[in-house]
Amino acid sequence: MIQKETDVVIIGGGPAGLAAAVEANSAGCKVMIVERDDGLGGILQQCIHPGFGLHEFKEELAGPEYAQRYIDMLGKTKIEVMKGTMVLDMTPKKEIFAINENGVVKIAAKAIVLAMGCRERTRGAIKIPGFRPTGVYTAGTAQRFVNIEGFMPGTRYVILGSGDIGMIMARRLTWEGAKVEAVVEIMPYPSGLIRNKVQCLDDFGIPLYLSHTVVRVHGKDRVTGITIAKVDENWKMVPGTEIFFSCDTLLLSVGLIPENEVSKKAGVKLGKTNGPEVNQFLQTNVDGIFASGNVLQVHDLVDNVAIEAKKAGKMAALAVKGMKIPSVNAGDAVPLVAGNGIGYVLPTKINTIVDDALVKETGTVKISLRVKKPANDINLKVKNGSTEIYKKFYKHMRPSEMIIFELDPVVLNGIDKKLPLEVYIEPKEQKEVAKK
Amino acid sequence: MSDVVKQKEIICVICPNSCTVTVKQLKSGELVMEGQGCKRGEQYSRDEFLDPKRTLATTVRIRNAFIPLLPVRTSVPVPKNKLNEILDVLARIEVKAPIKCGDVILENVLGLSSNIIATRSLDVDLCYKIACEFHG
Amino acid sequence: MLYDFAIIGAGVTGAAISRELSKYKVNVVVIEKLSDIATETTKANSGIVHAGYDAPAGSWKAKMNVKSNPLFDQVCNDLYIPFKRIGSFVVALAGQGTGYIEELYQNGVERGIPVEIIKDLAAIKKLEPNISNETEAVLHAPTAGVISPFLLAIAMAESANINGVEFHFNSPVQNIENMGKFFIVDTPSRSFQAKAIVNAAGLYADEVSKMAGDETFKITPRKGEYLLLDKMGDFVRKVLFPVPTKKSKGILVSPTIDGNIFLGPNARDQDSKLDTSTTLSGLDEVIEGGRKLIPNVPLGDSITNFAGLRAVSDTNDFIIGESTKVPRLFQAAGIQSPGLSSCLGIADELVDIIKASPNLSGTEIKLKENFHASREKPVIFHDLSWSERDALIKQDKTFGHIICRCETVTEGEIVQAIKRPIGARTVDGVKFRTRVGMGRCQGGFCTPRVIKLLARELNVDEEEIVKREPSTRYFFGETKDFRKENAPIMNGRPIQQ
Repeated sequence: MIQKETDVVIIGGGPAGLAAAVEANSAGCKVMIVERDDGLGGILQQCIHPGFGLHEFKEELAGPEYAQRYIDMLGKTKIEVMKGTMVLDMTPKKEIFAINENGVVKIAAKAIVLAMGCRERTRGAIKIPGFRPTGVYTAGTAQRFVNIEGFMPGTRYVILGSGDIGMIMARRLTWEGAKVEAVVEIMPYPSGLIRNKVQCLDDFGIPLYLSHTVVRVHGKDRVTGITIAKVDENWKMVPGTEIFFSCDTLLLSVGLIPENEVSKKAGVKLGKTNGPEVNQFLQTNVDGIFASGNVLQVHDLVDNVAIEAKKAGKMAALAVKGMKIPSVNAGDAVPLVAGNGIGYVLPTKINTIVDDALVKETGTVKISLRVKKPANDINLKVKNGSTEIYKKFYKHMRPSEMIIFELDPVVLNGIDKKLPLEVYIEPKEQKEVAKK
Repeated sequence: MSDVVKQKEIICVICPNSCTVTVKQLKSGELVMEGQGCKRGEQYSRDEFLDPKRTLATTVRIRNAFIPLLPVRTSVPVPKNKLNEILDVLARIEVKAPIKCGDVILENVLGLSSNIIATRSLDVDLCYKIACEFHG
Repeated sequence: MLYDFAIIGAGVTGAAISRELSKYKVNVVVIEKLSDIATETTKANSGIVHAGYDAPAGSWKAKMNVKSNPLFDQVCNDLYIPFKRIGSFVVALAGQGTGYIEELYQNGVERGIPVEIIKDLAAIKKLEPNISNETEAVLHAPTAGVISPFLLAIAMAESANINGVEFHFNSPVQNIENMGKFFIVDTPSRSFQAKAIVNAAGLYADEVSKMAGDETFKITPRKGEYLLLDKMGDFVRKVLFPVPTKKSKGILVSPTIDGNIFLGPNARDQDSKLDTSTTLSGLDEVIEGGRKLIPNVPLGDSITNFAGLRAVSDTNDFIIGESTKVPRLFQAAGIQSPGLSSCLGIADELVDIIKASPNLSGTEIKLKENFHASREKPVIFHDLSWSERDALIKQDKTFGHIICRCETVTEGEIVQAIKRPIGARTVDGVKFRTRVGMGRCQGGFCTPRVIKLLARELNVDEEEIVKREPSTRYFFGETKDFRKENAPIMNGRPIQQ
């Protein structure tokens, strides 16, 4: 067995892992990235479309380009990278067990940053009935076939799910000469960015069927067609609304799930996002284990992943240096509750007793959330008991766009720590609207 | 209006407001716009009406690397109606590793003042090197 | 070549019989319609080895189940097949009365099967904490177990093959000619001459029997739909049966041998022998039935759903024995539940019948001296200790490449599965031998890698790799092909923008 020891281990060499590694390294720690693939960059390597780094680098880069920026940064450091190495187990004492072609690797870490990303929701998870032929893939798998392996998995497609991955694949496949018959979305609104709807669907005349879903897959051995139908508010099929498409492939873009199998092995507790419960320092319930990126919450902008990951990297470095990072289980931690209209909110809890030195390093408390439904002209509010401690007006809020705002630690000092913090939305008062 | 020669509804993508802008072109060539929410949106809608451009991101075949495709994109946006032509050209070319991210694969494609640049670095694959040595 | 026996069908029944026959100095060929072992009913059922109290007294089902159940330990040990006797409950809920389970209890006692009735809810809940609070009593049978039906079939077929049995796939039987002293069995690529035929053709056993000249029974497909959930520790610990219906043992909730949980099957007769599709109403039915036994079963962790077709004969029992119409046609037909549980018993019994047949007196059926009871132990990386894993990787570094991250399956295991006797040649072949693709991502991550490995090991282009049958190809050309001059044609027209 290969035994290794280091300060900070980053599990995953995608955008979150790379950013966390660079930050922990510049804070003066020995850093090791453990990546199961043969190269760094994670999912970015197959996301060949631009849309990455607009905020961070002020340029619209393709996924692999963005990854290359960080890989180049890495090259200038002494960060150790173990590629082709898959972490299979992790203990609460921060011992990591991985394997690669040289054998079993045991790594003793002083701090760990989880950056394993997420997996795609499958057909089985949403229970589409019908046959089980070849030709049903998640959009990411199809993207890998087309962009990396170099093969076309079909000639004629129906795509379920109008999230960004689905819409981007609609364009990609059309550009490679295939025909996309329809994009089908169960919600009454598109899941992804309007920009993608315009540039990936409207540009090509690909119809978007809202409030519809796939009700049957046809073809015993190979997909021969897909039947979709309208659904009511309870997602139940409306009889008589079936539409049949002749096609040979169904792509699914129906959600991403943080991949936390390894986290669970170390006793990390998961929360509403299917990612770890964390405090404002991104520390999980296991001291010294931090989380960032899609493994914590599914992001839509890689630039936000980098910000979050850098924070986690920095916190891990501070922990290694001996600074006390409060535990999310500590008695002073106040829970954040998702109130009206809010799907989830992070961090899970906010510690209120924090050393000044740490407050200096971290500044404001960052809150991230997603709303349940699109809404216009709303106030986002935070209240503690019945006391409102934060309010911000938003003209538009959509579930597909993560909302991030900051709370002043001074404000947090004055709250009643026995009461939770509730984050909620409510329509802006009419008289205020009239004033505008 | 009888002197409108061309009309289009454009969904602006500059910001999350997603204003729907109606652009009308008059016989005189003048553009009349309604629905835009800001100056940037107005400019976008004007460009989108007169000369819609897109950034093209695709792949080209590459030899001697560990994967068969190299991701590329246009260095600046190109006219939307030229995309198919560019894609056809790119489907027929092949490059060889090593390639560095940012390398120009095709200069001034179709004379449109945009280059096709690599968006990934790909080294010569070790297996290929060994195979070469073996077969001479 | 004149074979002594031609077994038609390589499901679990055919595989068991082929292994039993391979103990003797006879020439055996197995003729299978589809591309691999266990491709139809065998791969889509509950995977349960029943205790044996259920079937009507005196039926073949009862006799064979009782005979077969105790034989599993030896066979699974010899062939390294995972098998666990977790025990079963037949659950009588409030209002259903206990009459039915008392009947089954009596059957158990009469047949020498260990059974007990538990009426104390607290005691029941100790054994099965999440069971419905409406449970009035359960019949507990500790000798019931769970097994992987396709691993069982594959292992037995491999064992038969090691001992000389030939296997031919993609060979649907089109015609059987009775030449008096032997049969000629026609398939599209080849004809086989055999002295005797063993009909283990599952859903098509009636058609095969008719081709051979015996039209005495009819098979009706009965669909059973399943919902498969993720691994949930010991959320469900025993095989849970409801009080059954006329058509089936009812909708169960059970752990699988791999630690997943499934709900199902329902029971719907149909005409088609090909329709294995699941339906919205069927899945709803299965969920409703499952919830009766385990009310808070976490459906959000659903991994997949599938359906299998039971081969139900119009006698509603197994048809085991030599045809009275056609000498040397041996039937192993109508194998519905408890078919899997009974396969070892059926194989034993049928070979005894074969040995005793007056129509085969001219053929010597003598035991081999050198029958290999065992096979090479498959590596299961997931089950090894860290030091075992390390040693293994140092020997062969392909065990250090994880291909299926959901089930922790390595490249080395996949290559083994391809290289073994009757090895995998398709993606599903790899899946059913190694569990690659059976996890929560359902092949999303590993499929491209498995295709690459198959192409490499079989020395073919990636474009030729299929999922299971020849028409289940993955690829329609290389990226870029569609935009070139030789763009593929579909429906008579070139693909257009």
